[in-house]
Amino acid sequence: MRIAERRRLPVRPPRVRPGGLVPILVILAVLLVLLTIRQPDFLSPPSLMSFLGRSAPIILLAAGQYFVIVAGEFDLSVGSLVTAQVVVAARLIDSEPSRTWPVILLLLAFGAAVGLVNGLVTTRLRVSSFITTLGMYLILVGAVYLWSDGAPKGGLSEEFRRFGRRAFEDVFLVGRVPYALLVLLAVAGLAVLLTRSDFGRTLVAVGGNPRTAELSGVRVHYAKTMAFVLSGLAAAVAAILIGGYSGISFQAGAGLEFGAITAVVLGGVALGGGRGSVVGAMLGALTLETLFTLMNFYGVSGALRSTVQGAIILLAVAVSALRSVPGKGIQ
Amino acid sequence: MTTALTLPARRTAPGVFVALALTLAVGWLVVTIDGGQLFSQPTTVSLLHVAAGLGLVAVGQTVVIIGGSLDLSVAYVVSLSTLVAAEAMQGRNGALVPGIGLALVVSAAIGLLNGLLVTKARINAFIATVGVGLLLKGYLDNGYDGPAGRTAPALVQGLGYQRVGPVPVSFLLLLAVAAAAWLLLTRTRFGHHLLAVGGDPQVARLSGVRNDRVLVTAHVLCSLCAGLAGVYLASRLGSGAPRVGTEGLYDLESIAAVVLGGTALAGGLGGVAGTVGGVLLLASIDAILNQLEVDAFVKQVIRGVIIIAAVAGYARRALRKAAS
Repeated sequence: MRIAERRRLPVRPPRVRPGGLVPILVILAVLLVLLTIRQPDFLSPPSLMSFLGRSAPIILLAAGQYFVIVAGEFDLSVGSLVTAQVVVAARLIDSEPSRTWPVILLLLAFGAAVGLVNGLVTTRLRVSSFITTLGMYLILVGAVYLWSDGAPKGGLSEEFRRFGRRAFEDVFLVGRVPYALLVLLAVAGLAVLLTRSDFGRTLVAVGGNPRTAELSGVRVHYAKTMAFVLSGLAAAVAAILIGGYSGISFQAGAGLEFGAITAVVLGGVALGGGRGSVVGAMLGALTLETLFTLMNFYGVSGALRSTVQGAIILLAVAVSALRSVPGKGIQ
Repeated sequence: MTTALTLPARRTAPGVFVALALTLAVGWLVVTIDGGQLFSQPTTVSLLHVAAGLGLVAVGQTVVIIGGSLDLSVAYVVSLSTLVAAEAMQGRNGALVPGIGLALVVSAAIGLLNGLLVTKARINAFIATVGVGLLLKGYLDNGYDGPAGRTAPALVQGLGYQRVGPVPVSFLLLLAVAAAAWLLLTRTRFGHHLLAVGGDPQVARLSGVRNDRVLVTAHVLCSLCAGLAGVYLASRLGSGAPRVGTEGLYDLESIAAVVLGGTALAGGLGGVAGTVGGVLLLASIDAILNQLEVDAFVKQVIRGVIIIAAVAGYARRALRKAAS
């Protein structure tokens, strides 16, 4: 019976313009159907809410990465930035509840500052962002280990951790709404507003063709630098949620940069810039997270996760690349 | 030893050698004041060993980057190749050649896959090679917990530890591979086509270059180089090591070496000689910081700063040239 159901799944999606949301929605729907077949109560409000709460950090990172990628750059430093933030927060708060809010403000400032440095080095010194953010990655990892002598110190206050692991209980209809989900919705709303604003459109123009954008009077350097700052801020918010959810660890942000980039590309955003939407990027992250959950339910060994992830990414991107060939002249 | 290094390169290769000389001079001074010795036999030997492993990967990386592509799967190819070689050899000298052969064939197959994904499936090289890397990572994580297999003793004694004076055989191998790659890039039709494809794929195609074939070949060559680095590491370690590639950061460091060597990340510009310089620069910095007994974490910070600063220096010079 399950075979019969599966066979109906690969619906050929209607032809859409490249960068559209249809492919990612189809993939997400397929994964969700597979997931409900295996775990019928997955879509029930409590489990869905906690799933969305758990996925919030990677979705935030994908949104941040979107701004950088659509402007034609990369940010490889976000994973190490998350780790650095979590470790710094633990050491500064040192289990003292009264320090929570100052430290949160400090983390946001720290994230923005790292983004600013990434942006300035990339635009003013004209270092390719791949190298800039790779260097930043090395610096942050090294600095964090150095500062904490090889083992994380201090502790996070309960006040701090609640964002990542507490929820509003007994909400009408849905039951439990994690704080993380509310944070996510707020940031997602801001991100969508931002892409609809002049700045968002300018950023896409910069990524599509920096020269044309510059000649049309866009301050390309400024736009790109702001994109990096946004990515740094997103990493700061993600770090607050991750620190709350899973606590202090040097592995807190490991591999998140590739996860975020993968999610963005999965969501139909073109590497190299100029095409794609922030909603697509966030849906890409959600899809990736759904995929991992699916693999858990199907009992795929943790070690094989990366193989399946790799295969799916290649497949998804290949399909969208092949489909988008006729429209290549759009930009 | 210097023959391959003095070969003329395409663009600003001397820049990295000036930086290398300066680094060594300053490093020597600082180390001497500190009471150590930079050019002692053991330091030089270990410097050249570090350079050999990274260099083999970086030379391959140069080829794909010149073609406008990129390979982020090399670290996993390196690990896989150590395992294939060591497990095929099982410590028997008789299985030395088949073991190396098998490792290279497997590597070349991965390169072929990378190349086909980039050209035929039109997947962005970054995503394609990260994807292939993830495939390999899953295989390695699932199948291996620690070292496996045993490298043939003859290979360990030969490639692993044999030296000519202070120069390890493996470094000579790197020079030979670099020289071959240099000839390939500057003296053959393939090399010219590769530069054309990296410079402007559209123009190359309209001029009758078969872009796809050129890029696939470049990817196969890159993976072969990574496979060779794996064989070398297997000879150093005496067994296959499932994490050696990722722990050595061979993917990111090789790209850093290529960029330090003056090859443009966007493709179409650069050369192998610069890359060898970039590798020696990274290895020298490593050796100097080791001599100064700098904390491993500080080392990483310094390395990050140096990579950014060097590339910024290049960019400034290119700007000034463009202005004049």
